[in-house]
Amino acid sequence: MAAIHDVMPMFTLYQPESVDDALRLLDRLGAGAWTMAGGLDSFDWLKDRTKRTAAVVELGNVAELSVIREVDGGLEIGATTTLTEVAQHPIVRERFGLLAEAAGLVASPQIRHQGTLGGNVTQDARCWYYRAGWPCYRAGGNICYADTPTAINREHAILHADRCVAVSPSDTAPALVALDASLVIRRLGGERIVAAQDYFVGPGRDITRMTVLEPGELLTAIRIPATWAGAEFYFEKVRDRQVWDFPLVNVASALKVSGGRIQSMRIAVGAVAATPVRLMAVERAVAGQPRTRETAEMAGRLAVEGAVTLAHNGYKVPLMRNLVARAIRGAGAATT
Amino acid sequence: MTDVVRPGGVSRRTFIKGVVAAGAVATSAGYLLRTTLIGQGGVPAGAVERLITLNVNGRDRRVDVMPQETLAMTLRYKLGLTGTKIGCDRAECGACTVLLDDVPRYSCSVLTHMARKKRITTIEGLAAADGTLHPVQQGVVEEQGFQCAFCMPGFVMAAVGFLKTHPNPTRDELAHGVSGNLCRCQDYDKILTALARGAELMRRG
Repeated sequence: MAAIHDVMPMFTLYQPESVDDALRLLDRLGAGAWTMAGGLDSFDWLKDRTKRTAAVVELGNVAELSVIREVDGGLEIGATTTLTEVAQHPIVRERFGLLAEAAGLVASPQIRHQGTLGGNVTQDARCWYYRAGWPCYRAGGNICYADTPTAINREHAILHADRCVAVSPSDTAPALVALDASLVIRRLGGERIVAAQDYFVGPGRDITRMTVLEPGELLTAIRIPATWAGAEFYFEKVRDRQVWDFPLVNVASALKVSGGRIQSMRIAVGAVAATPVRLMAVERAVAGQPRTRETAEMAGRLAVEGAVTLAHNGYKVPLMRNLVARAIRGAGAATT
Repeated sequence: MTDVVRPGGVSRRTFIKGVVAAGAVATSAGYLLRTTLIGQGGVPAGAVERLITLNVNGRDRRVDVMPQETLAMTLRYKLGLTGTKIGCDRAECGACTVLLDDVPRYSCSVLTHMARKKRITTIEGLAAADGTLHPVQQGVVEEQGFQCAFCMPGFVMAAVGFLKTHPNPTRDELAHGVSGNLCRCQDYDKILTALARGAELMRRG
């Protein structure tokens, strides 16, 4: 897995300079095209020879894909905007600080300078059995190597697993779900807009993919509505090392509070299932409730109902429960 | 730095550079062709050529680059700039850090073709033409910040890039700025002291 090979197997490289040219290429190449933005997910697959491709469409020269602009009080962020640009953009920080914080906690500085927002939400699962090329369900086989008696599965799912127990590794995905973002997907001659939580695909629906993107399609932008601008946000990512690592669990929430009572909230948790999990039962249960320790603990217990643990990931249940409770009590109360 | 001269009078560094140069001459002919096309109908917009120009350390360099080649490979094995190290080759250690338009990036995880329109700066491009070291390099020399120093070029490039946007960092901010680089000697405390010394020398001008 970590062996150093001679670069990567040969592929044909295309570097289009406009979205239209990119869509024409993707249409022409169909399922044979590998779309590359920052490339940090792609290079692992290609260098390890666990996935191969004959053609790469690299998007770094498509300037229109990395523009941030204001739309109806909200924002439209081009899909290849780097995570550094998202984390440092003044309007993102001022109105949608949740996303700025999530983007700033991804991986390492160099990776944030190169990795893109679109890539961070579209990246493939990080389950090491899958990434090492084992013929598991997700790779088209008929076994999950992470869910066997001797498997090492500390990072794996506690919710909504269906044969495959891989998790969504993204930090920005829960933030986008909490902000009620939508994703703009274009193909040659067409466009569709997908709500953030509907962009992700769990194994029960299709075990071999993480998103709804079809061959020929391109994620071009992420739209964040004005709805939650300036709300009270909470993001926390728990990981082993404070750099590089994917989340063990992360939580993103947006709250509107008035007179000590929670008016409304959106909350999503990452790295506990194959998709970011929006906790709609929690959102309903806390609406109208006083913002107290009791409400937060009730929400935490509700959040983990139905959790199923594997041999080594039982810690994720109290971790998720506590993160959800913290997300409701807010940064000021987080340490108590 | 001095090269270790081996029996026969050729240092390892000089030998590698000679081999690299010979290889470049032998392979650069005949690659003006477009890369393979999928399907018919001429050259689609966005197809790339192999013989490209890179701006490295202020000079334009013509070089034959495969489409799947990473920048670290091109710098080391086509251009002879072996100061850029390849550690993990997986964006997980930072030894290959170079600057693209002044921003630190892992050159093991950038296709060389992605760097075509950017200014590439490697550790070899930091010192002035007269040999005066960059302040961060001078800080490393003065504080003896590294043990084995395999990670040093990456750390120095990450620090130089970070200091361009954060010229007056605290020690914690500097640590965060170079947190995308690993040192297996676990020499972080001395490394930070050396880089902070470099930042101080930069501020003095």
